[in-house]
Amino acid sequence: MIPAPFDYVRADSYDAAAAALGEHGDEAKLLAGGQSLLPLMKLRLATPAVVVDVSRARDLAYVRDDGGVLAIGALTRHCDVARSADVTAHAPLLAHAAGSVGDPQVRHRGTVGGSVAHADPSADIPTALLALGASYVVRGPGGTREVSAADFSTGFLETVLAPDELLVEIRVPSARGEAWGYEKFTRRAIDWATVAVAVQKRGGETSVALANMGSTVLRAAATEAALASGAGAADAAAHADEGTEPAADVTASAEFRRHLARVLTKRALVAAGR
Amino acid sequence: MNLTVTVNGTAHTVDVEDRTLLVHLLRDHLDLTATNIGCDTTSCGACTVLLDGESVKSCTVLAASVDGQSVTTLEGLAEGERWHRVQEGFRSKHGLQCGFCTPGMVMAAVSLLDENPSPTADQVRQGLEGNLCRCTGYHNIVAAVLDAAAAKPVTS
Amino acid sequence: MSILGTRVMRVEDPKFLTTGGVYVDDLRDPRLDGAGHVTYVRSVMAHARVTVDGSAAAALDGVLAVVTRADLADLAPPPVPLGFIPPALGRPWLADGVVRYVGEPIAAIVTESRYAGEDVAELVSVDYEPLTAVVDPRVSATDETLLFPDHGSNTALAFEAGSLDGLFDGCDVVVTQQITNQRVAPVPLEVRGTACVWEGDGDDARLTLWASTQSPHGARDQIATALSLDPDRVHFIAPDVGGGFGAKFGVSVEDLLLAVLSRRLGRPMRWTETRTENMLGMGHGRAQLQTVTIGGSRDGRITAYSLDVLQDSGAYPHFGAVLPFMTQLMATGTYDIERIAVRTKSVVTNTAPVVAYRGAGRPEATAAIERAVDMFAAEIGLDPVEVRRRNLFAKEAFPLTTQVGAAYDSGDYAGALDKVVAAAKYDELRAEQQRRRDSGDTKLLGIGVSSYVEITAGPEAGTEFARINVKPDGSVVVYTGTSPHGQGHATSFAMLAADELGVPIERITVVHGDTDLVARGGGTGGSRSLQLGGAAVHQGALETVDRARELAGDLFEAAAGDVVLDKARGGFHVAGSPDDVRGWAEVAASADAEHGLIVDTDFTAQGATFPFGAHVAVVEVDAETGKVTLLSMTTVDDAGPVINPVVVEGQRHGGIAQGVAQALFEEVRYDEDGNPQSTNLADYAFPSAAELPDFTLVDMATPSPLNPLGVKGIGEAGTIGATPAVQNAVVDAVAHLGVRHVEMPTTAERVWRAIQDAREGAK
Repeated sequence: MIPAPFDYVRADSYDAAAAALGEHGDEAKLLAGGQSLLPLMKLRLATPAVVVDVSRARDLAYVRDDGGVLAIGALTRHCDVARSADVTAHAPLLAHAAGSVGDPQVRHRGTVGGSVAHADPSADIPTALLALGASYVVRGPGGTREVSAADFSTGFLETVLAPDELLVEIRVPSARGEAWGYEKFTRRAIDWATVAVAVQKRGGETSVALANMGSTVLRAAATEAALASGAGAADAAAHADEGTEPAADVTASAEFRRHLARVLTKRALVAAGR
Repeated sequence: MNLTVTVNGTAHTVDVEDRTLLVHLLRDHLDLTATNIGCDTTSCGACTVLLDGESVKSCTVLAASVDGQSVTTLEGLAEGERWHRVQEGFRSKHGLQCGFCTPGMVMAAVSLLDENPSPTADQVRQGLEGNLCRCTGYHNIVAAVLDAAAAKPVTS
Repeated sequence: MSILGTRVMRVEDPKFLTTGGVYVDDLRDPRLDGAGHVTYVRSVMAHARVTVDGSAAAALDGVLAVVTRADLADLAPPPVPLGFIPPALGRPWLADGVVRYVGEPIAAIVTESRYAGEDVAELVSVDYEPLTAVVDPRVSATDETLLFPDHGSNTALAFEAGSLDGLFDGCDVVVTQQITNQRVAPVPLEVRGTACVWEGDGDDARLTLWASTQSPHGARDQIATALSLDPDRVHFIAPDVGGGFGAKFGVSVEDLLLAVLSRRLGRPMRWTETRTENMLGMGHGRAQLQTVTIGGSRDGRITAYSLDVLQDSGAYPHFGAVLPFMTQLMATGTYDIERIAVRTKSVVTNTAPVVAYRGAGRPEATAAIERAVDMFAAEIGLDPVEVRRRNLFAKEAFPLTTQVGAAYDSGDYAGALDKVVAAAKYDELRAEQQRRRDSGDTKLLGIGVSSYVEITAGPEAGTEFARINVKPDGSVVVYTGTSPHGQGHATSFAMLAADELGVPIERITVVHGDTDLVARGGGTGGSRSLQLGGAAVHQGALETVDRARELAGDLFEAAAGDVVLDKARGGFHVAGSPDDVRGWAEVAASADAEHGLIVDTDFTAQGATFPFGAHVAVVEVDAETGKVTLLSMTTVDDAGPVINPVVVEGQRHGGIAQGVAQALFEEVRYDEDGNPQSTNLADYAFPSAAELPDFTLVDMATPSPLNPLGVKGIGEAGTIGATPAVQNAVVDAVAHLGVRHVEMPTTAERVWRAIQDAREGAK
């Protein structure tokens, strides 16, 4: 299978990418590592007229300790995030999640920013970042803005990004020394999560994020509220699926996803010491 | 579009459609047919090659994206007559049957051992999660990779 | 010392490990230069009237042709794939006004470039007028909606054996269960691919066709019949084939059409399907709805068994329609059951045709009776191993003919069961299982056992061709009518020849897969190759030695009867005069200075053989999520003496993995409108190394009396034994919670629901 025809534009820097987006507008699609986009294009579920390839925009591939905040360039690959000493120190949950994306080949190519911008609700990276309370730096002709992970995705594969905007950086407040948990349920190792749960403790508070329990990654609000009022892991986890609308597909029914959300939340909380 | 890619140590300049996938560049334009296509969805890993030394699925990389980069396929793995230890491992442990998944499996294993020179059997299994084989049940593939890990890397 | 039984590394492997194999899509034969690329437009509806308009697409640059059924009106329909399938259920060249499954070819597009084909396919206009889709075989069996009105029924074939009258009279215990042996996809890693070229004109025109097939000679004959050609006009070549698993036996309509298109357009043609097309169109396996009933006494003696099979044949009956015959033949399994009755019916549905898939009818039989025996054991509260021991055919009973007419050649079923139970440390596993249950561990242990027997190279006694050619330089070329695609015949058959000829295997080459080079052949399928093709090579080698002794006798001016072959020295001498040795080169040259010594032979078996074995699967079930993890597989797979353990172990490993895959992961599903739900390898849960453990193989070799090597087939045995062992293990893990059965694949959700349902039931 091959993608429908398109024009290829190489953009090896933010400026080049911004210029290309400015020229081609909403006909263009950004290609980062391509591990989500190219399969869709091969199946012709995505047929952009112009592909702007930013996979080698080196100015957007970095991990920096910005004094209490971990700054990660959007085009940093999963494998580089997974083995980064800074990420492992400040956000071990993210390092772990990056190490469980797809398979080694996908992690050698796919980028964390690409994953966030693709906004698949079953993806590891946005789930971990939601639990970590990350924010996303978005830049476009109108300037730079910072969007919280909770506000970024607006629906299945949809985000607040305007056609001429780029996600340039992911900012994660350091969670050094804090407990965390990540539970991912799949049929096979390579599969997208049937359901996944990320738990991040920070100070006295606990964040719980759910993958594949709706059209976007979600916070398990009822569980978080129960924990805040002093409930134990098992009791709090029993509320994990409240307010969610999981889909049914070939992998699992909605009912089973709800069940998994509760079980996995309990386990992730236990792993995080709750 | 014109692009230049170094494949197995040789620079090739080719003119391809913008949408050309790396695997088609290798197979159809350079006639390097060891690298196979087994699926449409980045699932099977039969097309795995090394891009600047790391395993990638060449069905999910645009040829245009690797302009100026270096690709290694199974055909370029041996140094002359001297096989890579992963090739030797697959041979001595009978890690293949029909041979179709083999080029991708071998290249994935090379990358795996590069990143983790002494993996456990479980790490080998997890590390090959992106490569499917229908013939061997993976038993001998895992043995082959462990065998290769135990062998000293060939130094030139 | 004989080379047979030793661990010879495969001679095939260096190529695969350095340059890769040469599969159809890899062919760079100059005769294929300028080939048109064929892309098939496939139905997106399960059952509909269709009208096709390819004119817009045909007008585009780079499009050589857009062909629909109307363009092929002069052709008689392609022959049905098997003789006893009713011709009214045959498939058309391209959809003939009606489509009957998603994926059915509607039009063929020929383009200059491969990339253009997919673009153009989107521009072919197809109007669909939906018809009622029949997806459930139970609905099909009512004949309310007929898929082929001319046939008057949706039933393609039916078989039966034994009497239902009073079948369960006198039984203390009778257990019955409906079981789905689900539809699965064969998924060879190489999809289907074909290339062809016509050379010469008029009656001299000759077709050369390369295809990814298991059976080049049979495929050649099918093409010749379909195109009304003399078989000599077709040169069929199977290059390297990237797995088949039964689904590549014979040719597909897409292969046949390629030859037609090539001739009409006067160009070589190529076709390589996508994985999506492969999942939609190559055909699937299994797909049986079964009802088992088993009865016997409280002390564990099984006296009666019935099996009812509703086979989903898919839209156009293929091998799948015939599978129930094999299921029926193997229905009693390894058990000596007094009364047995089988009823089967194969019906058409608006789904992809069901074809042969590793085991083809036998795994379904084994899965049925092995679940039944476990349920019987659970009902009477006896250990499943013990129940099996009390009902197995005794070692002394062989040869024997079963109640359903299978002539089992040799076996030691209790021996196999004892060996595997000992190797798996069954008693320790049971203790560990109890410990976990008692401690409230949420990781439950399940132990599953299967005892199996299957039929290979059957059901009729088979025959196979071999040629041994000793070249004037003393090297040997072995020609075989089998068509290996991963099974290592080039190594095993060279070993067989080496063993009789005294020629080192380095000097022996095996040729296969080319109808011009090999006179005739039955291909590779049904685990037939070693016992027929290998026996033919063995027989041919013996005949070659006999002929060579005559030739050597002439050289020595001695009687052939006085000439002996000294295998160690690779030459002949007169008995008592070992110093004057004439080597193979000299003897072969004396037959024909150019070609050497050539011996053709056909080996005919005395009957099908019946490999057997026993498996123990151990699984861990997460009681909270239902997730099943396979911890171990320990297996005895007795297919008689082993020629090359390396190859045989590989066959067992692969077979076991595929059997496990059916039990735990894989299922081809359609929705109620006949839309396939798993059309790629992201959706279809083909397991990777990460989902499977190492396998523990236990050796056992009981010879067959039916061929001189004593061998049976090993290609499918692992699959047949593994599936029920794993399914039984999953049920066993949760049996104490009140679960009696879990359908395959035993997904987490199914196991979780079974636990929930059992809890509800207990309230």
